[in-house]
Amino acid sequence: MALLLLGLGCCVLAAAASALPRSRRVPVSAGLGAIGCAIAFAAAMRVLVTGGVESFHTTRLLPMIGLSLSIDPLGALFIVATSFVGFAACIYCIGYARGELQSRTAMALLMVFILTLLAVPVASSIVSLMFCWELMALSSMLLILTDQRHSREARSAALWYGVMTQLGAASILFGLLLLTVHGGGQTFADIRLHSTALSSTVRSFAFFLALLGFASKAGAVPLHVWLPKAHPEAPSPVSALMSSSMVAMGVYGIIRVGGDLLHGGTVWWWVTVAAFGAVSALYGALHATTSTDIKRLLAYSTIDILGLVLVGVGAAGALYDTGHPGVAQLAMMAALLLVVAHAGFKGALFLGAGSIERSTGTRDLDQLGGLIHRMPFTAALFALSACSIMAVPTLSGFSSEWLLLQGLLHGFTDRSTPTLIIMLVGVVALALTGGLTAVAFVKAFGIGFLGQARSPGAANAVDVAPSMKIAMALLVIPSIVIGVVPGLLLPLINRAATTGLATATPSPVERGTSLVLTQFRGTIEPAVLLAGLVLVLLIVWAVNRRLAQRSARRVDAWGCGRDVQTPRMQYTATSFAEPLQRVFADVLRPQSDVEVTHVAESQYYEQSLVYQNRVSDALEQHGYRPVIDAALRVGKSARRIQNGSIHRYLAFGFVALLLILVVLA
Amino acid sequence: MVPSVAYSTVATLVQIVLVVLLGPMLIGFMAKVKARAEGRVGAPINQPLRDLRKLLSKERLHARHASVVLPFAPMVILAATSVAVAISPLVTTHPLLGSSADILVIVYLLLTGSVAAALAGLDAGTAFGGMGASRAMTIGALAEPALLVAVVALSIQSGTSNLPSMISTTLTHPNWVSGPSRLLALVALVIVVIAETGRLPVDNPSTHLELTMIHEAMILEYAGPELALVTLGASMRLGLLFSLIANLFFPWGIATSGSILGLLLGITVLVAKTALVAFGVSLIEVRSAKLRLFRLPELLAGGFVLSVLAVITGLVTR
Repeated sequence: MALLLLGLGCCVLAAAASALPRSRRVPVSAGLGAIGCAIAFAAAMRVLVTGGVESFHTTRLLPMIGLSLSIDPLGALFIVATSFVGFAACIYCIGYARGELQSRTAMALLMVFILTLLAVPVASSIVSLMFCWELMALSSMLLILTDQRHSREARSAALWYGVMTQLGAASILFGLLLLTVHGGGQTFADIRLHSTALSSTVRSFAFFLALLGFASKAGAVPLHVWLPKAHPEAPSPVSALMSSSMVAMGVYGIIRVGGDLLHGGTVWWWVTVAAFGAVSALYGALHATTSTDIKRLLAYSTIDILGLVLVGVGAAGALYDTGHPGVAQLAMMAALLLVVAHAGFKGALFLGAGSIERSTGTRDLDQLGGLIHRMPFTAALFALSACSIMAVPTLSGFSSEWLLLQGLLHGFTDRSTPTLIIMLVGVVALALTGGLTAVAFVKAFGIGFLGQARSPGAANAVDVAPSMKIAMALLVIPSIVIGVVPGLLLPLINRAATTGLATATPSPVERGTSLVLTQFRGTIEPAVLLAGLVLVLLIVWAVNRRLAQRSARRVDAWGCGRDVQTPRMQYTATSFAEPLQRVFADVLRPQSDVEVTHVAESQYYEQSLVYQNRVSDALEQHGYRPVIDAALRVGKSARRIQNGSIHRYLAFGFVALLLILVVLA
Repeated sequence: MVPSVAYSTVATLVQIVLVVLLGPMLIGFMAKVKARAEGRVGAPINQPLRDLRKLLSKERLHARHASVVLPFAPMVILAATSVAVAISPLVTTHPLLGSSADILVIVYLLLTGSVAAALAGLDAGTAFGGMGASRAMTIGALAEPALLVAVVALSIQSGTSNLPSMISTTLTHPNWVSGPSRLLALVALVIVVIAETGRLPVDNPSTHLELTMIHEAMILEYAGPELALVTLGASMRLGLLFSLIANLFFPWGIATSGSILGLLLGITVLVAKTALVAFGVSLIEVRSAKLRLFRLPELLAGGFVLSVLAVITGLVTR
């Protein structure tokens, strides 16, 4: 615990270091932040390896009730993932911070954000959790506003985020408080002890209230609307942290409350969680394929992957409740492994998107192209992370999705209908998102980095600072490690999963470097597969080299008889996704306009043609808009009785007093 | 009896060589069947192999704006497909690394190949490459769900997603093959395989009309040895998928022990089985016209529904 506190202290120092003069502010602050993350990583790793629980309590920070922290394997796993991304984000900042992000406030907020991300998983009482949670929400909301002077969207995004996260926090708080009504203490240890004595109605009520808040943080559809707005608008290191760590806190909350504090409940809790997950996975994947803003695409893909995580958590909870602890453990481990893997590749992708934005001045894929020639290192790392998220074998996305599918597959052994529904829906969600994710990321890499530049910004892109490349390279490491030797990490994941499910089931996966299930026939040896792939690659390469006497001759691409080929003739991100957009038009509801201007002399000749295509979030348009409009209407009509006249207000007070007297009499 | 490592290694090498030869030959065979059905003589069955040899001796040409992706993609396609072939139970249920031959590994290795091909299509920055890549990825994305769910239907029945185990359990439970779940999954998988290998009615392998090409548009920028590699990769993929369909739904004849005789029998039976599958697919091709691109989702969604039904019937009838 002391080690972790030291790490948190470093982050506080880093925040304080933002008071330094401008020239030294960023390196010192980011450096201290990185050291803090490294220490927190070491502390969390130690807890994961030894499996102990360490606690700390002080009344100095929060008066009267005090701040209670306690680190157990479940929280430690989330700290490991967060601190790794935090470390990389700090390094990235050294090269990236410029303009607004360099300001005193922004640097301090960034460090506070990292600090709270590290503190949420160890907060072990309701007050401590809510304190850290709200600080996390507040700091990230203000960070979205970093660039608000130039971007209207940032202001709107921050507003959406602020409202959604406050509603979510209120819901979580109500849920958790319900647990203390009968139990007594507000520390998690107390709740854990007394929760079984609560009536099942109270437990369910508390769980669903907390679930609403946590699911909204995890970007579960339909509570996701803030996410695709907020993540793209934040500065890229912040987006990386939000997308890989902050959303994971939602998952953490669900596991902590549902599995650990309440020891599982009825199977319907978990059906709800899995349903949230399946819908999010599909909705996120579909929108990711049609997004043209690269950061928006990544944000939607976060909704997709977190949806799969929730499917895993839901499956685990249901299987545990129906008496299959072994398979439940497998599904929970898959979900947690996916969280860790996602932190790595999504962090790297967001940092990559930040590098693109920095060097080209845009994040619109339709304006990019040819960046592989301009920034080859970033391109390679982006491609590797994209391959990982597409579940290319021997990378982390594949290992975790394979484990998830094994959990679902063997979950079919249970014969109760609700569980079977979860498994079937989970398999369908996994199957449907697989191909769509591939489209989205082939588009992101293929349109963004390959082909010819579609704008002067992309044509004249300059490569980014070394620290930004190093940070991205760091975040690619988990993709490779979890992908090639997943077995190394699984004992740690297993420990976290046992804490989450509150069981003592032996690990469903054998020790070793590869993935070998103990109870079922299921094995993958990614290291051997990788060796095979490399071997064949080398053979083909050697043969190819021998065959080619000379190096390849450069010729014009085949132009179908045309002489000139301009970059404008290429496919764009919009056209690439157009077939899928048309296939799924019912869900996506794209808005397309064609505007034809005719020549003045004759309407048979066209002068110009403007085509517009926009895919906005249909749920926001049709679900949230009416509610917001109604609220605004109510607000407007309330204005009628508030015209600013003091006499009228006095009259209101008098009438109200009379009414009260009448009622009381 | 578990055969020795040496035997498994030999069997694996046999599989790779067999698929390298078998894939192009199957394509030649299908062209021949189609030609005969249309009343033509047609090219000899080994024409695709001759074409490959011709391409290998040609000059290498790269498009001006292409990056390293263009020459690198064919190698990735070949590597992914070869590893998938090596670990699959084609002539024996004991290939080297058979324990890793999870059906998901195969599915995602093939997906890796498709992704590499699509990226290569986008690399030169031409309209056709982009069009091919976009369409191929769209079809892939729509075929993927049907494929994965059908695969899960088969795995639930066998209790594992390990391919050699799936095939050997089918051998011990012959009545599974005629069960409703298997048959539904078979139809779904046939639709998927037609889509994944770019055959009619999804894609016309012999078209070079600009607006109807899918796979051909994607690889338009390839020439010479690299075109040979891409084409070989595509035909190996076809060979692998046909063999897997044949083995999953009619596993008899595959070598289960470590005898050389069994291996030879396995090779012969595999060739016969895949020829039969190819014959069936070419009959479908002869009798159908290419579907409009936006009619394809209906076909593939049909496949998806069938595979979901396969899972449900499998659960109900167990």
